[in-house]
Order: sequence, then structure tokens, then C-alpha cells
Amino acid sequence: MKHSTFLLFTLPSLSVMFLFIAIPIVSVFIQSLHIEHKQVIIVSENCDPFGCETTTSVDTEASAKLKEKAPLGKFNGFKTYSNRMHFAFDEIGEAWNSSDSFIVFVKKIYNYPLYRALSFTLTYTFVVTPFVLFLGFLVALGVNNLPKLLKGPTIFASLLPMIVTPLVGSLILFWMVDGDGVIGATLQKIFNDNSLSLKASPVLTWVMLMVYGIWHLMPFSFIVFYAGLQTVPHETIEAATIDGASKFQRTRHVVIPHLMPLAIFITLILLMDNFRVFEPIISFRAEAHATSISWLIWNHLRESAYPLYNAAGATSMITIFFVGILLLPVLIRTWRDFNEKNKG
Amino acid sequence: MFLKKLILSGLTALFFSSSLFAADCGPNGQSIRILASDFPAIHAIANSAESNCAGSASEFTRNHTTEARQIMNAAQTPDPAEYTSVIVANSTLVQLMNDGLVRPLNDLVEKYGGNLKSNQLITIDGKIMAIAFMANSQHMYYRTDILDKAGVDGMPATYDEIISAAEKIRSAGIMEHPLVMNLKVGWNVGEVFNTIYLAHGGEFFKQGSAEASINNAKGIAALETMKALVEYAHPDHLTQASDDTQGLWEAGQAAIGFMWGSRGGVILDNEGSSAEVTSNTVLSAAPTVTGGSIPGATLWWDGITIATNVSDSEAEATFAALVSGMTSEMVAANNDDAIWLIDGFKPGPAAAGVSATAQGGAKSYPMFAQMGLLHNALGAELVDFLKGAESAEQALSDVEAVYETAAKDAGYL
Repeated sequence: MKHSTFLLFTLPSLSVMFLFIAIPIVSVFIQSLHIEHKQVIIVSENCDPFGCETTTSVDTEASAKLKEKAPLGKFNGFKTYSNRMHFAFDEIGEAWNSSDSFIVFVKKIYNYPLYRALSFTLTYTFVVTPFVLFLGFLVALGVNNLPKLLKGPTIFASLLPMIVTPLVGSLILFWMVDGDGVIGATLQKIFNDNSLSLKASPVLTWVMLMVYGIWHLMPFSFIVFYAGLQTVPHETIEAATIDGASKFQRTRHVVIPHLMPLAIFITLILLMDNFRVFEPIISFRAEAHATSISWLIWNHLRESAYPLYNAAGATSMITIFFVGILLLPVLIRTWRDFNEKNKG
Repeated sequence: MFLKKLILSGLTALFFSSSLFAADCGPNGQSIRILASDFPAIHAIANSAESNCAGSASEFTRNHTTEARQIMNAAQTPDPAEYTSVIVANSTLVQLMNDGLVRPLNDLVEKYGGNLKSNQLITIDGKIMAIAFMANSQHMYYRTDILDKAGVDGMPATYDEIISAAEKIRSAGIMEHPLVMNLKVGWNVGEVFNTIYLAHGGEFFKQGSAEASINNAKGIAALETMKALVEYAHPDHLTQASDDTQGLWEAGQAAIGFMWGSRGGVILDNEGSSAEVTSNTVLSAAPTVTGGSIPGATLWWDGITIATNVSDSEAEATFAALVSGMTSEMVAANNDDAIWLIDGFKPGPAAAGVSATAQGGAKSYPMFAQMGLLHNALGAELVDFLKGAESAEQALSDVEAVYETAAKDAGYL
């Protein structure tokens, strides 16, 4: 294809990407470099049905004048990125100097929101992704071997966890793991411990969130693998059978290599999806024990009286940065394969 | 001639007296648009305003949503604003005032506020910014039958008495976790700290500045009290808010509760619970510290405001309509829906807790412009202490550090 033709074909999608992806990212980045103007605070006497108190209020006229001059806010450079809410460079330096062992140091780092969120987000990503890949593949193999009559209903049932809205799915599970719920009460009975609570223990909360994540995402990898299985060439399978390969050997040496590009695709999508884990934390009310990067962004914006756009912007940029790092190995591999193919 | 005069004056008198009965709705043909939260007392006020004045207005719309707080600033910033009135509470009034979105009501009160009581007027430096119509606060709920069974004399009035009563109930084998409190991570857990800190006589900020001052002996004492209470709370307490604690109470799974007054009516009615629970539930004042006098609660009011960015005649019509709804007839018809601040309210058993708490001298929820930021920081950073993962000093210094970062970004420091 001519370069100019190629360019014409991709122009619509490129321009949409530029308008709706590139420009917003740049704008978020610029916003993350600015903080609010100084609020002009006045001390005021405030009376309500219960008495009078001296409090403070904002002098809105004076504050509005400041805002009019520079609507973006006050330029703050990269200080938002280095402050306590994000990388906390100063605090970490201090923690390093004042800790006598590495464990104490790690504990101190865990006190800062970004690192706390990162530790859960990364654990979640690296536990859920391989499980979803592996289990999804097993389910796809199983369904593929079912008699034709059962295939349709089984596929539908297997897709349900993904069809159910994440918020609703996790809410249902949240009620089930309650001390009075089916799962919670059964566990209490099995372990003979009436105060056993999945919601009160940090470890069990993490496990619960990850099990939910695996349950919710497995249909995605299942359906992609299942589609891939329909394209495995019969001739190769037959040839392998004639050569005396067992079922396991056929799967290992014919099916898996054939599905490898798909596996890479699923891994890419899963890494991105899992790194943005958010809904289950809200539905499971797990903020006490587990926070994620996306949860941090939401938390910065949640209080509508004081939305911290700079903090939310900075956390968003950090998210993009980490997703880039996560995807790098997979992308490099794809690039290398592509080059080798072209050479051959 | 005399007869003519007599008839005329009689007619005039008749005209005036009948006009006294019809509500004064201000200018005709205006658009009235109200944004409010979604609970029975607010519906009562808005219903009454609508039935009085919808006829003389060109449009009367109401948006009742529990998410009102999240959308109000965005809705009221453009000119003209989306709503002519937002019904607010202490903290949400501050939220609107920080952006200059509510107008002073002094002239309107003079014109239409004849039936308002002076304690309904919320004034900031002499400017009336809102008209309150109901009060709310947290306070204690007790199950008298269970207290009796465990051998507790009378109703606990201090934190120490509550803790020892909870211990008695536990050791008598009646309940392992007799206490319920709204301790959900975020706003709720921060609010519980606020109440206990106020009971200890704490101040949130250094005088006249936006610098936080909670990392002190009173803050540590408040956290220790909180930890001692949490010891007896349901294991899932960090996930529980009002609906959950009310549910536990109505299911008979708790004997001592620290909950909102607005839940009183719902708990005491004959729906959702058994007679055993409702007939033995007693509402009483929020606790004090031993030897202290300030009840550990924050007092709240709900009230009406008028938008800045609407025309003067729309503002006038909206104010007249809403104030026309604040009558003793409206209160009589909805007596148990709220702790009304309007004449004609007859406090029932559901109001006992809030009345006792307010009379005991509890403080209002602090109206500092920057309070929301400190509240957020408390809600996020106290959790590690409650889980036993860090010390009280560390938790409080984390709160101050988080608040300082946020307050700098938002321009308050």
C-alpha cells in the first residue's frame, strides 16, 4: 500500500485519537502543574439555632478576582508529583534516614497513599492476570470438547460474570460474604469462629477482591481463547494424532503455540484493565484495607466542595506512566516478533 | 352614606381577612426550581410550598436526590443558575458559600419572614444566609431490657459508663458485640472522631487560621476513647454506615447505639423490627467524658438558601413560596418526620435524643471554610489506628500532614 493511501485510510481514526485522547491527556497534565489560588479567608461570627461561634469563611469577591487573572490557578511545577499525596520524596528520604532496618522502612513507606495504593494495585494485577489467562484457557478447552447441544447454554452461563455490571456483581458478593450472608455464615460455621469476618481482615479482603476479579474477568479470556480454538488447523491436529501424540501433547505442542498471539493480546488488555481496578473496592467498602490508583483519583475528586484537580491530574499521569512500564515487555516482544517475521 | 361606608369597610375587612389566610407567594409568574436531599422532612416542606404557590408560579420543579451535595456547586455556578433554591445543611451551606453561590436574605426575611423565629435564621457576620427548619444530631440509643438483664443501673451517660455497660453485656454472654456506630471509612469515621474530640473540649484549628491543631493531648484522648468503644463494635464496623447500623439495631443485634437522630422515627415505628426491639429502645443524650459537660455530638440543621445567580423576582418568589410552607399546620401534619424548629412542634419519643443533646450544650458541626478538607483527612487516616496498625500520635500527625497537603493545593494555607 502506498504511504499516502495508508495515511488517508487512518486519518479519521488518527484525528479522533488526537482530539479525544491526546488533547485531554495534555490538558490533564497542564492542570496537574497548577494549584488553586490562595483563598482570601476572613474570620466571621456565625450564628445558628444552637448558638454563635467564631469561624472562618472565604471572601468570595477577593478570591474571584484572583481567579479571573489566571483561571488555571497558581503554577506549582512538579511539586504536586513530589508531595506527600504522591511520590513523597522528602518523607521517604527522612524515613530512610530514620529507619534502622529495611522492614521498618517498608512499613513507613506503606503509610503514604500512593505507595499503599500501588502495592495493592500491582499485587492485584500480577495475581489476577495469570489466573484469568490460565483458567480462561481451561474453560475454553472444556467447552470446546462438549457435545454440540450443550455448547450454547454453557457459553452463555460462562459469560454471565462479565455481563453482570461490576458494581452489581460485587455488591451481591459483598452481601454474600457478610457475617449474616451465605458465604460468611458458612465460613464461620466451618471454622467454628463467630467473629470471623472477611471484611475485617486485611488479608481476607485482598483475597476476596482478587477472587472477585478472577471471577469477573475470566469470561473475557475464555471467549477469546474459545474463538481462537475454532481456528486451530485440523490437518496439524490429525497429523499429530497419527504421529502418536497424546491429547495433552497435542494441546501443548499444537494448540498452545497456535494461540500464543491471542494470549499476548489478552495479557495486554488484562494488564491494563487490572491496573485500573476500582469498582470492587467501592462495592466491597474495602478502602480500609485496600486502595488502588484509580480509587486515589476518585478520592481526590470526590469532595465536590474541594475537588483537588491537581492531585487527580497528577495521579492520572502516574497511572499512564505505570501502565506504559507494565506494557513495555509485551510490546517489545511483539515488535521483535514482527521484525523477525519481516526478515524471514 | 353611613350605610355605604359601613358596607365598604365591612367588605374591606372581609377582603383583608381572607387574604390573611391565603399564602403570600410574592411576584406572580416566576419560575421556582428547588434542589434538595431526599428524606421525608424535606418532602414535607417542599410539598407544602408547592401546594401553596405552584398556582401563581409559571413553573415549580423539584429535584430530590441524595447526591444533591455532589452536584450543587456545578449546578449553581452558571448564570442563570440551574436552581433558584438549594436546601442545605451546615456543611453544604459552607460548600456553596465558598464559591459565593447563595445570596443574603435580610431584605426577603423582612418582607416575608413574619412567621419565622429568630433562632431559625442562620447568620454569618450579620447577613442571613439560610433559614433553618429542622435539627439533627447523633446521640445514644439503648435497649433497656438488655441493660437490665446485664445488671447495668440506669442509662450510661459517659463514655466510661458505656464501655463498662458494654463489657457487662459481653461478659453476661448476651452479646459479643453490643455496640453499633457508623464507622465506615471516610466521612463517617471522621465524624465519629469529631464528636468525641468535641466532647473532650478540642478545637480543630489554631485561632483565626486554617492551620489544623488536632495532634494534642485531647486528640489522643479522643482516639483512645474511640478505640475502647470500637472494641465492642461489630467486627465489620469499618464498612458500616447509617443504613447498616439501623439494620443491626432493628434486627435486635445491638444494645447500645450511637446513631443519627433522624433514624429515631424510623427505628421506633412498627415497620422493619419486632415489638421486643421497638418497645425497649430508648433515645437519650450523646455521652460526655467523665467529669465533662459537653455532649459528644455535632448539631446539624437543615435549611433553605436562595441562589445568587438568579433574577431578583425569581429569588423573591422562591423565598416566599418556601417560607409559606413553614407553618404550624405543616408541622402538625408531619410531626414525627423531624425535629422541627418551627412553631407547633410537639417533641415525641423520637425527638428525645436530639433535644437532650442540644440542651446539654453540644456544639454545632464546625462551619470553617476549610473544615471539609480536615474531615476528609480524618476519614482516611484514622483507620490505621483503629485497625491497630499505628499509634494515636502517628495517626494524628498523618491527618495533619494530609490536611496540610490538601489545604495547600486548595489554597487555604
